Amino acid sequence: MTVIQVVFFLVAAFTTAAAFLVVLAKNIVHCAIALVFTFFGVAALYVLLDAEFLAAVQVLLYVGGITILLLFAIMLTSRISARGVKIMNEQVGVSAVVVFAIFALMAIASLKGFALVGSPPPASYATASLGRLLLTTYVLPFEAVSILLLAAMVGAIILARREREKD
Amino acid sequence: MEKSMERFYAAFAALGVPSIVPQLILMLVVASLVILFISVSVMFMIWWERKISAHIQVRYGPMRVGGWHGWAQSIADGIKLLIKEDVIPAGADKLVFALAPMVVFAAALAAYVIIPFGPNLIVRDLNIGVLFYISISSLTVVGIIMAGWSSNNKYSVLGALRSAAQAVSYEVPLVVSILGVIMTVGSLSMIQIVEAQQRIWFVIPQFVGFLIYLTAALAECNRLPFDIPEAESELVAGFHVEYSGMRFAIFFLAEYANMFTVAAIATTLFLGGWHGPLLPPWLWFLIKTYFIIFVMMWLRWTLARLRVDQLMNLGWKVLLPLAFLNMGITGLVLVLLG
Amino acid sequence: MVPLSHYLILSAVLFAIGMFGALTRRNAIGILMALELMFNAVNLNFVAFSRYLPSTMLQGQIFAIFVITIAAAEAAVGLAIVLGLYRNFKTINVDEINLMKW
Repeated sequence: MTVIQVVFFLVAAFTTAAAFLVVLAKNIVHCAIALVFTFFGVAALYVLLDAEFLAAVQVLLYVGGITILLLFAIMLTSRISARGVKIMNEQVGVSAVVVFAIFALMAIASLKGFALVGSPPPASYATASLGRLLLTTYVLPFEAVSILLLAAMVGAIILARREREKD
Repeated sequence: MEKSMERFYAAFAALGVPSIVPQLILMLVVASLVILFISVSVMFMIWWERKISAHIQVRYGPMRVGGWHGWAQSIADGIKLLIKEDVIPAGADKLVFALAPMVVFAAALAAYVIIPFGPNLIVRDLNIGVLFYISISSLTVVGIIMAGWSSNNKYSVLGALRSAAQAVSYEVPLVVSILGVIMTVGSLSMIQIVEAQQRIWFVIPQFVGFLIYLTAALAECNRLPFDIPEAESELVAGFHVEYSGMRFAIFFLAEYANMFTVAAIATTLFLGGWHGPLLPPWLWFLIKTYFIIFVMMWLRWTLARLRVDQLMNLGWKVLLPLAFLNMGITGLVLVLLG
Repeated sequence: MVPLSHYLILSAVLFAIGMFGALTRRNAIGILMALELMFNAVNLNFVAFSRYLPSTMLQGQIFAIFVITIAAAEAAVGLAIVLGLYRNFKTINVDEINLMKW
């Protein structure tokens, strides 16, 4: 067992445990904090995969953006008096079976299809090449995503705005 | 330096121990050194702040503890905070309440990985250096919201929400003002940014960027004039009102550690890092960093606090367009100069 | 060396957990959080492939960047909708928001 394998298993166990907490915790704020740990676990996996820029972007956008959005929404919409409310609806049994079946399918496909892939080629530092790719080959999706972000921002502001009375 | 590393590793290899063990020991030693530096630095900064605030207000400040100008005041404060009773408010969420100071402190501590104290005195020269700091600094906000929410106190929640809104709003001009420097250097690595300032410090071509960075950094650290989250006269100390003793000491430590990090990054990006004529490089770095910390403390005791809406106005309507203008002009000049 | 299949199975596990959460949680924000888990699993899959198969040339990482960006936009709009729901129905349990059921 090399060091990288040990580190991979530790990080994978941590991420999976945090993911279980996200879907099973009773208190929604505990779910959000477990989600932060999951994001950090995935960022650590990106670093293991030599994608450091992506790891930094993951922490910046997911932990620093989406988690804060989620926490704001939780604080604005939770009712503290409602304790003892069920957190799962009545589909728990059926969804567990379906989800396990889908997982088994994906796991078997991965093991059969990709077990023979050997060790990866040596990595080159990718930030500059990512930037170059984004602005040459993928400039059209890049611009389209910026328009999508503008539309999402305007939409979110209008949806969340308080109704103003007519003066 | 390399020779002693070789001998250190060889000693462990001779005993038949796998090479991960000396690496782990080295990591522990470096981490302990960093924590030691942070503790000493924070204690010095707390004493210095009290002295600066005193002299600005035409009084003397601490004069007795330890003899000469009360230099041991910080140690006395630390001991006082450590021996206080640990109070957790009734109805508070115990797990989150205990975890929040640790998250804030971990974020403040993790940023020290990329601070270049000297040409070889950096914990790890990540090739995404500055971006690492920006990502980690956004973790502080999560810790603040956790602290405010779990205290079961409406002033805490208000303070936490305001602080989160302020931190998130001022992160954007912070990042955009740094982009001018990064475009000029062409790399995110801290060592390369300092190396690129050998002829001219970036504070001269990127002066607007420097000012925007300082303002946004003051807001990120929750320092006056952007003090609303901790406003003593408004929100009864905001998000950490329910914290006392050791937990409050951790928040306090994290705030001052954050201040040092922000000043260190300003030094690296704009003031030429460790370059300077006569003194050793690490001394120049510390002098420049503490000069910026002095300016931050000076501003705290000179300017009035901004209201929340004035604060948000300043961030979104003044700093952000200026930062974009700076980035655009920098890009244009770089393209024209080839 | 960690084989590719380990990363793929880990991403399948995360995806399955996220899907379970999205199908069974009653709180609308809980469902959004499970969705974010699924996005992360998919990103992990992309980045693992981009690392292990030499011919993909960082396309996996580019796709992952776009997925992260779009996830952020979707979280913003989704949470704005949840806020609107809360204002009108005073609850965010998706079981109780059934005005349009026949």
